[in-house]
Amino acid sequence: MNTEIFGVIVMFLITCILAIPFGKYIAKVYTGEKTWLDSLFSPFEKIFFKISRINPASQMNWKEHMVALLTINLIWFLLGMFVLMNQGWLPLNPDQNPGMSAHLAFNTVISFVVNCNLQHYSGETGLSYLGQLWLMFLQFVSAGTGMAAAAVLFTALKERTTTELGNFYNYFIKSCTRILLPISLLTAIILVFNGTPMTFDGKDTMISLQGDSIQVSRGPAAGFIAIKHVGTNGGGFFGVNSAHPFENPNYLTNMTEMVAQMIIPLAMIFALGYFLNRKRLSYMIFGTMTVGFLALAIPNIVMEMHGNPAITQMGIDTSAGAMEGKEIRFGAAASGFWSIATTVISTGSVNAMHDSTMPLSGMNELLAMIINSFYGGVGVGILNFFIFIILAVFISGLMVGRTPEFLGKKVEAREVKIAIIIALIHPFLILVGTALSVALPQYTMDTLNNPGFHGFSEMLYEFTSASANNGSGFEGLGDNTLWWNISTGFVLILSRFIPIIGPVAIAGLLAGKKYIPESAGTLKTDTSTFGLMVFAVIVIIAALTFFPALAIGPIAEYFSMK
Amino acid sequence: MKRNLFSAIMLTIVTLLFFSGVYTFVVWGIAQVAPNKGKGEIIEANGKKYYANIGQLFNDDKYFYSRPSAVGYNAAGSGGSNKGPSNNEYLGQVKARIDTFLVHNPEIDKSEIPIDLVTASGSGLDPNISPKAATVQIKRIAAIRKIPSEKLTKLIADQTERPLFGLFGPEKINVLKLNLALDNLN
Repeated sequence: MNTEIFGVIVMFLITCILAIPFGKYIAKVYTGEKTWLDSLFSPFEKIFFKISRINPASQMNWKEHMVALLTINLIWFLLGMFVLMNQGWLPLNPDQNPGMSAHLAFNTVISFVVNCNLQHYSGETGLSYLGQLWLMFLQFVSAGTGMAAAAVLFTALKERTTTELGNFYNYFIKSCTRILLPISLLTAIILVFNGTPMTFDGKDTMISLQGDSIQVSRGPAAGFIAIKHVGTNGGGFFGVNSAHPFENPNYLTNMTEMVAQMIIPLAMIFALGYFLNRKRLSYMIFGTMTVGFLALAIPNIVMEMHGNPAITQMGIDTSAGAMEGKEIRFGAAASGFWSIATTVISTGSVNAMHDSTMPLSGMNELLAMIINSFYGGVGVGILNFFIFIILAVFISGLMVGRTPEFLGKKVEAREVKIAIIIALIHPFLILVGTALSVALPQYTMDTLNNPGFHGFSEMLYEFTSASANNGSGFEGLGDNTLWWNISTGFVLILSRFIPIIGPVAIAGLLAGKKYIPESAGTLKTDTSTFGLMVFAVIVIIAALTFFPALAIGPIAEYFSMK
Repeated sequence: MKRNLFSAIMLTIVTLLFFSGVYTFVVWGIAQVAPNKGKGEIIEANGKKYYANIGQLFNDDKYFYSRPSAVGYNAAGSGGSNKGPSNNEYLGQVKARIDTFLVHNPEIDKSEIPIDLVTASGSGLDPNISPKAATVQIKRIAAIRKIPSEKLTKLIADQTERPLFGLFGPEKINVLKLNLALDNLN
């Protein structure tokens, strides 16, 4: 078999196989059972809690959870603004990079606080090493925030009738130390032994074989790149992210980074099953998500390997695929696969330039972010999917004339209203943002890198990526301007916190309700029929709301190339 | 709220020290036993040092060309072209690259030119080319350097890196290593 395709299949299978035991481990962490990392991390956690005067055993209801979550996020934002605007004179700046402008710092900090990592700067010139280490901190804690919110959801679904949903700080710290840190460390070690730099020395100078003098940017990159994937953050140390030969030196590191970014989103699904003791439910979710994932990934692999027809017409050998914006060491198949893996989960790291992928590959990348829950980012993926489950429960309930119930709790008007608002806020932010950008050509026209339909796609992609908290881009867009920094900054905040608060609120409300034991009249939610129902809800919401925008972007471009 | 604020600030400080400090230091410590102490993999040749993973510009006819780069192989400012597949200006540029290649390699038929030699990489620093991209340059280099073609064919075969474990991913050639070996042939 073709080694390129074989590599992709094995990458995916390894992730799926590892996700099952790891999901069990995550469930143990959240239930507080003993794990083998206890003796290593418990002492640290105890110190953290003691200094911060937190009692990790004290219980919170869903509102208290959200207050705690928002407060600590606000602190990160304020401190982040200070660090990034003042990095020029702060220590650890061997390349003497300047502090950020206020609007760039605003966008960057929000982007990293919300786990998006939209980068309107380029790492080599835009950040000091202190700035990089600060952003790396945010990569840990923003991922921990999402996972803690998911843990609240898990607890709420498990308990019969309660308002006590565990402790936010407890879930948050354990997500960071017990789950994110061990895999990040492992990933970082593999990276440094394959040529990724981890040094505090600044730029090096070398003379090339042809005699040109070259500056080579380096830095403490390996630790950063590890958590960027493990926490599905996606922000690169260097400008071109994981296409950079230092960030991703060979095929082994490419596989490692792929497994690292997919493992937690997949494992969270199985963790839910173990946590609730409802394995069939997690199989239903996993199955539905995987069908959606493959339906987007396989076409992209095929289209990228097939190559650009406009170049094939010129009569050269395009058998290697569409190589514009791609690296030889990964090839077209692994790049096509990555383009979807990174967009379905909210990583947004890239190993090839999405701006140069085929029109319909670009559409699939957009669809992956529009849906944002075929696996989805760490923690938040399952929150997003939960919204679609609630809507599917409601609609199926109406169709068969039964009271909508989920896991023994009645789903009533208030929950459905919240779910609808959450489901609609995503298209609202993306489409309104894009429409404003089109309506204000004085701010956007000069920032486009490509004419015509593709230029429209660049703007649509930017807002989709921001709203999905993804962080990848059609990077030709010159996005470090007042307009892009501020507009996407606000989209980022709204699209992060509302879709966290909504599902947690629904779960909190459900948890407080009376438990109704399952009966013959209960709609089964752990069957493939129900999986199909959820899939249909997702397709209808995505397809109907976004079809017009996709039609004037990637679809029009596709037909213009015929 | 006030209680949350205190906890949030203190927790931020301790976790900042832990993740940006302890974690970074541990990884840095491990890097000290990695190749070149975690400062990037180095090749030394003829008393000079080069970064093995950082691609270099090769456009001299006596060397195997590297791929086009949107940033001119600037290793302090990586970047791709980000040109869309239907962009006419871009397609014109690809066409011009094909024509230039044919001028410098008159014995080659257009259909033999592999795509990677006329498209820019994602990073602008791609250290590799495909084996086909090396093979198509044999005739030119053989003529300029007055080396028999068979010798170059063997050189390329020696320098071709197999897929990972022979199973995963594409074959590739590191252009810098290839050209260093080429210089040693003379």
